[in-house]
Parts: sequence; C-alpha cells; structure tokens
Amino acid sequence: MFDDLRDLYQEVIFDHNRNPRNFRVMESADRKVEGFNPLCGDRLTLFLKINGDVIEEASFQGSGCAISTASVSLMTEIIKGKTEAEAEELFKQFHEMTTGKDEHFNLEAIGKLAVLAGVREYPARVKCATLAWHTLDAALKNEQQSISTE
Amino acid sequence: MTGFDVDKIRQDFPILAEKIRNKPLVYLDNAATCHKPQTVIDSIVHLYSHDYANVHRGVHTLSVRSTDLFESARTKVKDFINARSDKEIIFVKGATEAINLVAQTYGKANIQKGDEIIITAMEHHSNIVPWQMLCEQTGAILKVAPINLQGELIYEEFEKLLNAKTKLVSVVHMSNALGTINPVKQIIATAHAKNIPVLLDGAQAIPHMTVDVQELDCDFYVFSGHKLYGPTGVGVLYGKQALLEAMPPYQGGGDMIRKVTFAETEYNTLPYKFEAGTPDIAGVIGLGAAIDYLNTIGMDNIAAHEAELLAYATEKALAIKGLRIIGEAEHKGAILSFVLDKIHPHDIGTMLDSLGIAIRAGHHCAMPVMDFYEVPATARASFAMYNTKAEIDVLMNGITSLIEVFG
Ligand SMILES: Cc1ncc(COP(=O)(O)O)c(C=O)c1O
Repeated sequence: MFDDLRDLYQEVIFDHNRNPRNFRVMESADRKVEGFNPLCGDRLTLFLKINGDVIEEASFQGSGCAISTASVSLMTEIIKGKTEAEAEELFKQFHEMTTGKDEHFNLEAIGKLAVLAGVREYPARVKCATLAWHTLDAALKNEQQSISTE
Repeated sequence: MTGFDVDKIRQDFPILAEKIRNKPLVYLDNAATCHKPQTVIDSIVHLYSHDYANVHRGVHTLSVRSTDLFESARTKVKDFINARSDKEIIFVKGATEAINLVAQTYGKANIQKGDEIIITAMEHHSNIVPWQMLCEQTGAILKVAPINLQGELIYEEFEKLLNAKTKLVSVVHMSNALGTINPVKQIIATAHAKNIPVLLDGAQAIPHMTVDVQELDCDFYVFSGHKLYGPTGVGVLYGKQALLEAMPPYQGGGDMIRKVTFAETEYNTLPYKFEAGTPDIAGVIGLGAAIDYLNTIGMDNIAAHEAELLAYATEKALAIKGLRIIGEAEHKGAILSFVLDKIHPHDIGTMLDSLGIAIRAGHHCAMPVMDFYEVPATARASFAMYNTKAEIDVLMNGITSLIEVFG
C-alpha cells in the first residue's frame, strides 16, 4: 500500500525507530545540547563524551518522528570513535546527501547513513533528518544553548 | 437535509478532481484552509478581465464598477453574519490581523497597567500573541481560563477570572486544534453582566455554522476569508459600531482619511477609518462570491452534513486500536485531532500523503494545547461540506495500514 514510500521509510529506519540505539541520559557527558524542531515538535537532547578531540561516546533522549529518531540513533553509532573534525566532515556529507542539488556526497564516508538519502525527495521532511546533525554541530562548537532547525 | 447533494457540490470545486501521487485527492486539511468553488475563481478572473480598477478613488467607469463590487461584497458579509450596518464590517488581511487591530487600537486606548485580559487554554497563537504584545506594551496581565481533558472550557474557572480589572475577554468560537465549540452565548452574557466586552475568534466557526453577531451580542467577531471558501489575503473584523467609532485608527495612509494637511489629519468615517491603503480588492470580491455560494447551499445544511461526517469519522476512529482522539468536547465541530501509539504525526502525514490524503500534522499553532495533552503534535483531519463518508473510509483504511507497516 505504501510502495511509493519505500525509499523514504527503509526497514533500517523502522528498526531504529522501534529500537533506538544509545537512547539514554549520559550523566558524565562533557557536552549536552538540546535540539528542537518547532514545526513538528521534535525534541532531542544529545550527550557527548569527548576525550582530547575524539568522541568517545554519544547518546540521546527525546521524542520525534521515525525519520528524526532513526537519524539521531544512526548518528550516535557512526560518530563514536571519530574525531571532532571527522564528525564535522560527516555532517557536511550528510547535509549534501539530504539537501544537495546532485548526488555528490561521498557514499563511502556516509556508510549506513545512506538509508536517509530518501528524504531529499521529501522537502517537508529534510529537517527531521538533519535535526540530529545540527544539534551535533552545535555541541561540537560547544554551544550549550538549545538549537532549533527553524 | 433537503437538497444537499454532496456529489453535485464536489463538481463545483475544480481542485477535487486533482490526482495526488496518482491517487484521487482526499482533502482533509480544511481547518488550515479550504478549497474554492468555481464561482469564486471565476469572480476573480472576471474582475481582472472586465471590471478592475482601484476602489474609492476615481470617477472613471472601471473605478466605479470595482467600487460597487467591493462595497456590495461588504453588504454580503454584513448580511451573512447579520451585522446591523456595513459600517461594522472592516476588511483586513485575516483573523490574525483583525485581532492585532483590536489589540493595538481598542486595547491601547482602553487597557492599562494592571488591567486583565482573559483568553482560554485552547487559543490559536493568533489569539495569544497579540495580547502578550499588548501586555508587554501596557503592563496589563493575560489570564488563561483552563480546559478539561475533553477539551472543554472549565466554566466555573472562567467565571472566577472575571473581576473589576478585567477589560476584555477574547475567546475562540471553535478550536482549530480540538474542534471544541465554546458556549459563546453564555460567555458573552456572563462577561456583559460585568460590563466586559467580548471578542470572538471565529476563524474556525464561520465555515461550519450560522453566525449571527446580533444574536450572540459579541462586541468583536473576526474571521479569515480563506477558511470560508474565499480567497487568501482577506478577512473580516466585525465590531459594534459604537466601539469602532470610539477606537483610534490602526494604520495611517490613503483611504482612511478625510482631510490631510501637514498640520493635522481628519480621519475618515467607518469602515474606511480602519482600511488604510489599497485593499485586497479581488480578495474581497472573491469573498463576496464565496458567501453567495454558501447561501445557495445553506449553512444549516452544511452543518448537518458535517455533523454526520464527524460522527461517522469518530466512530471509525474509536475502533482503531492505539488511536487516541485529542478533543472530545460534547459540543464539537468537524475536526478530528488524534495521535497514534508510537507513531509520530509527521510520519502519519507523510504516509497518508502517499495515498493522496491531505491531513495536518503538527501543533496547529496551538502549542499550549499540545503541552496540555503532553503530545508534541497531533494529526488532524478536518472536514468541509465537500467531504464524503467514502473519503473517511479511505482515511481510516490508510491509518489502519500504516499502523501495520510501523509494526
Ligand atoms: C482558531 C483560529 N484563529 C485564528 C487563525 C488565524 O487565521 P489566519 O492565519 O487566516 O489569520 C486560525 C488559523 O488557523 C485559527 O484556526
């Protein structure tokens, strides 16, 4: 019945929505930033543990749609062990993948985040996918206030 | 319902023949804005093709024709809500501008530091923020009458808020987030007993029921044309003439003046005093055409048809496991707001869209209502006169299927 949506709602997304990874409060976090999308009410808190310039651990709390939950869940997995510079580069690639005019992002670097590429066909949903990354960006820039994608 | 033929009505709305993602459009976002019958579209095309010029300005033929059409639309609005006089009908951009106008003119002139303005917990942002702005400017205080879990105003609590400091009650006639129809006649009587004027936000109510401002005895009534089958860009502020006369103007400019010198300006009479600048001429004339159309159908027929749709949709929705209706007031208009267990409204919206179904997913510009129900957002199906039970079946099948897909 929802055949048209198979590119957007891939099974991986349903899986992460049902069982989000790293879904917990991190008491010992070095960075804690809130992200909010006022359009749909998606709200998340991202926690990072940083050692030197390496992201040792990432977790999150909050509620959102399947796209935004899967996006932040996948993000916390993929940034673990990356340097801050590497994470910023991933953000750039992810941004390119979800909003870019042509598909010039680095597929290899993006890895399993590629399941979110489908949002580019759904402009109303791009912000759901990018909220996590904007929040990460703010956390890496050490902006402790809440950020908003609007 | 004599003579109400939904199939015939559907023929009058060209957009309803549109295919969305290769499926017939099922348009259930009427509370956000509703579609236009051919006669409204034609009235605008005809205006620009044959009669258009600026209004109130010229002696030439087209200006006279335009002005006549424009002013006759004002009379149509007056008759539609049963105002006493054309002078009480002010054309504005929409409900939002109308409320801002009252806040910045009536409000500034009559509301001072320490005075109180009463709204309810189910207001649209457009009936919250203009009052907050006024309070910031004047030092007045905004008080909020609470609602119960059904989404109904708790009347005793509302009554308790009224006191000698209360200078205005501003309430929604029908809530866009919950569908609740407020007991506005009673609210007005209660407030008037204490000499407190009442503004009704009729943005949602006006397309669904007969509104008689004299019978209600409201002091102000506001609505938007685009939710009443008319064009965007035009709305109405109704005000009792004596109140409007006493209010200072809103914006300065052309049309709202009688005489201007650099030393002083004499303001124009009602309703022009509040209509500075070239108005939305086509919008106003299109709104007049929408009212003509509504009069051929009959507001009572529309209300009866929509009540049937709402009852049908509510019954079907209650049978879906994991669906919770947000807003279960006893007295309710054609709005079905709901949430699904573990499925975000935004996902519901995208999934239904792929089936050609347009609903609204979000906070409906009523964030305090969302906070009250502790949900980030809801999905909302809102019905209009052209909707059918068959469309509700499509919606409910869609919801059932997407619940399966989400697992
Ligand atoms: C209850 C209510 N009031 C006011 C408004 C504002 O109307 P507009 O945006 O047309 O000015 C709306 C629109 O959604 C509404 O539903």
